[in-house]
Amino acid sequence: MNYRTVWRKSVNAVMFSLTGLCTLLTVCILFFILGYLVWHGGRAINWDFFTKLPKPVGETGGGMANAIVGSAKLLLLATLTGVPVGFMGGVYLAEFGGKTFSFLVRYMTDLLNGVPSIVMGIFAYTMVVLPMKHFSTLAGGLALGVMMIPIAVRSTEEFLRTVPVTLREGALALGASKWKAIATVVIPAAFRGILTGIVLDLARVAGETAPLLFTAFNNRFWSPGWDQPTASLPVMIFTYAIAPYEDWHRQAWAAGLVLLGLVLLTNITARVVLARKLSSVAG
Amino acid sequence: MKKLSAFPLVLTLVVAGMAVAIIWGPEKQWAAPPPPPASLINGAGATFPYPIYSKWFDEYHKLHPDIQINYQSIGSGGGIRQVIAGTVDFGASDGPMTDEQLQDYKGKYGHDILHFPTVLGADVPTYNIPGFRGELKFTPEALAGIFLGKITKWNDPDIARANPGVNLTGDDIVVVHRSDGSGTTYVWVDYLSKVSEEWKTKVGKGTSVNWPVGLGGKGNEGVAGLVKQTPNSIGYVELIYAIQNNMPYGQVRNSSGSFVKADLLSVTAAAAGAAKEMPDDFRVSITNAPGKNAYPIASFTWLLVPSTIQDGAKRKVITDFLHWMLNDGQKLAEPLAYARLPKEVVAKEMKAISGIK
Amino acid sequence: MASTTVVVEGAPRPGRARAFLLRLRSGDEVAHLITLVFASAIFLITVLLVFELYRNSALAREKFGWNFLVTRTWDPVFEDFGALPFVFGTVVTSAVGLLIAIPLGVGAAIFLAEMAPARISDALAFLIELLAAVPSVIYGLLAIFTLVPLLRTVVQPFLKKTLGFLPLFQGPNYGVGLLAAGIILAIMIVPFIVSISREVLMAVPVEQREAALALGATRWESTWKVVVPYARAGILGSIFLAMARALGETMAVTMVIGNDPKITSSLFAPGYSIAAVIANEFTEATSDLYIHALIELGLVLFILTIILNGLARLLILATQRKGTAHP
Repeated sequence: MNYRTVWRKSVNAVMFSLTGLCTLLTVCILFFILGYLVWHGGRAINWDFFTKLPKPVGETGGGMANAIVGSAKLLLLATLTGVPVGFMGGVYLAEFGGKTFSFLVRYMTDLLNGVPSIVMGIFAYTMVVLPMKHFSTLAGGLALGVMMIPIAVRSTEEFLRTVPVTLREGALALGASKWKAIATVVIPAAFRGILTGIVLDLARVAGETAPLLFTAFNNRFWSPGWDQPTASLPVMIFTYAIAPYEDWHRQAWAAGLVLLGLVLLTNITARVVLARKLSSVAG
Repeated sequence: MKKLSAFPLVLTLVVAGMAVAIIWGPEKQWAAPPPPPASLINGAGATFPYPIYSKWFDEYHKLHPDIQINYQSIGSGGGIRQVIAGTVDFGASDGPMTDEQLQDYKGKYGHDILHFPTVLGADVPTYNIPGFRGELKFTPEALAGIFLGKITKWNDPDIARANPGVNLTGDDIVVVHRSDGSGTTYVWVDYLSKVSEEWKTKVGKGTSVNWPVGLGGKGNEGVAGLVKQTPNSIGYVELIYAIQNNMPYGQVRNSSGSFVKADLLSVTAAAAGAAKEMPDDFRVSITNAPGKNAYPIASFTWLLVPSTIQDGAKRKVITDFLHWMLNDGQKLAEPLAYARLPKEVVAKEMKAISGIK
Repeated sequence: MASTTVVVEGAPRPGRARAFLLRLRSGDEVAHLITLVFASAIFLITVLLVFELYRNSALAREKFGWNFLVTRTWDPVFEDFGALPFVFGTVVTSAVGLLIAIPLGVGAAIFLAEMAPARISDALAFLIELLAAVPSVIYGLLAIFTLVPLLRTVVQPFLKKTLGFLPLFQGPNYGVGLLAAGIILAIMIVPFIVSISREVLMAVPVEQREAALALGATRWESTWKVVVPYARAGILGSIFLAMARALGETMAVTMVIGNDPKITSSLFAPGYSIAAVIANEFTEATSDLYIHALIELGLVLFILTIILNGLARLLILATQRKGTAHP
């Protein structure tokens, strides 16, 4: 064995160890985040956090009950507005699309996906908040809903396309009209995939803060209905994290844990289900 | 294909459960039933008085459970902006609106916007010097120099001169200012413009300025947070933020030459002159006020209320609150280190409330 | 089976409108129409968004013109606004983020695609993808209380001591600043680079690797000199996507960048990014010109993101054409 080979073999070993290190580092970051949040958030979580309203500035105690409910309402509205549009758009692109219009729609969807979340906030502010003369849950929900559209479209289209051609043709051969075939055979076949795509989308949007800053704004009290400003978990985390009050920091950790916990749980469940679904289609 | 897959079922149940909980849940179980719409008032603005406002609105809600006044501290600039845009029912600012902004509002809505002083507060220079928790004395030149970026180290002679016996290290000064549009800033730079010609021409005054140096924090909370976390830093915050967070703050030399620390007495003394000669629209600056015991960086802070409120129920809530604020509310100010309004000002304001139609 | 209009022998041909209405009775046309409406809605929303951005930045565009992009001042008192400090901050923090994330991400992708056994590779990739799901504000929360003190007490003094001759690492040591923002961005974009690069690498035909190995290359040489270049376009595409994501990041950056619109040569100094200044100042821009200037900044950011996303798509498409499967 000459020196050159020895050199090449050691380079081989070193480089692969380095890449292994890179992987280790990246994965460790995840565990660090989880660990830190569980440690600090876990100590801060108590029953008050889930049931009480925030206290006046500087006083300790209180909780984020209104923020939790606020976030849930915002996400509900986002789903109701973004999912139908995205889903139907995806169906159009996969099943009915004409050549040029489909291209345009896809291009626009990509554009919409690339809109920075803060710019989405500006859009919702000018379109909803100013005419309504009110910060509102509605404005925040719509901003989040529009953010959900591109991924809902892409998810729907991709999973519809994975449905085997044989399934479609079978339905058509049995005499179903095109739309019946789509509604009763194709969509149900792709349903699981589409659903998990949308659930992942929702989890992503649940953590968005920037679009809510000037739409849903914030609220120290309960926010009844849809036309008042509302507190939300991400905005509360932001407000409390940059403040000097120790008690607020404590609550920010608790909120962070709750938010991250929900987001990760949703992600893990959805991906596991998706993996099983994909393997069942392939098999 | 016909077998009922578990996952969509579970998901639907979860979503349905959430929807049920939202629609019927917390608002019925954990708090009073939702109040009728007119008793929901939204306000936004200054962070300077946020501690006392949040206390007031909380107390008022306890006295009148059907009334919710939601106040968000986004900075005085925000208060002015949102009240002009009409997205809030009232604003709050410690920098009075300029004539231009008043014209803007009147042009848009056809009626005026009124300023109502609520309490007196003070901007204090708070700092974080490792190992030193005493009270530094600041001359106007020192403060201007620090914020202009000309005085860069803690052991600078301009600082040392006023603090004989105190030996500070040669560490770099980290300046912290506001990143958002702020009345607290307005008060601070209004003072600096009065005592430093260089500041006046180079930077000027406003709720947002082009800072020569420093880190930006969002709100009084953000500045206090940054100063607390950053060694060798100095920032300006409203008095209560320094007190509530146990942060040392310095004395400032006033126009009579004495070094004064911000407290109820010195802030009240600063307002003494203005109390006698309060203009009708209540817009007045009391920085660098005359008087031996006056604290030089003090200010009124105002609620910005439209002079015409169409919604009768809202009008009643706001005028009632203003009455309460000027009487019972003032009692809550001092425990939070805000000085009460002088009685001449209170009397004048009570008359002005009737101007809200 | 598509349904057709029924034409009775000898009857006059139905007029066009009637024909359309007749066709509508069939479910297919209705379905087509409904989905078309929704697809158009997407089209309209996007167009409306761009239009609103354009319209609501009119005052600033008229007053400053193209100079807006090169002016350094941001002075609300004297109403002189310029985008340069924010473009600078956005670009610098993204660049620092990429400089850290690319080696880290590509390295991890290579390990997962080439070295790790399939099950471990899948499991680790799954975990890394979870990182992409962590909300920005939580990264910010963690950064304030862990990264910033770490930088201020350990990392930055160390860099100052060792590399302090470079202007990059000089100046006062705040903890918050361009470096902190760059590092948190790196952490946020690494999962994208890892996950896409890994898939692109795994899709390189096995013949390529085997040919290299058959010629006597070591595993590393086969990877680095054959597989990676083959997947080059896709990896580059993932980098562009990561870049686009980094540019628009708001919350984590706002919380640690220091919020100072200055252009400096030091990474330790505070800076400001486009997204951060909009988040901080939008609700309080006291004059119309001020708001329009902020919205114009939003427009600039949007255009930058479009360009980068477009490039990314093209590159990933190029990988598809070449025969390596799509990511």
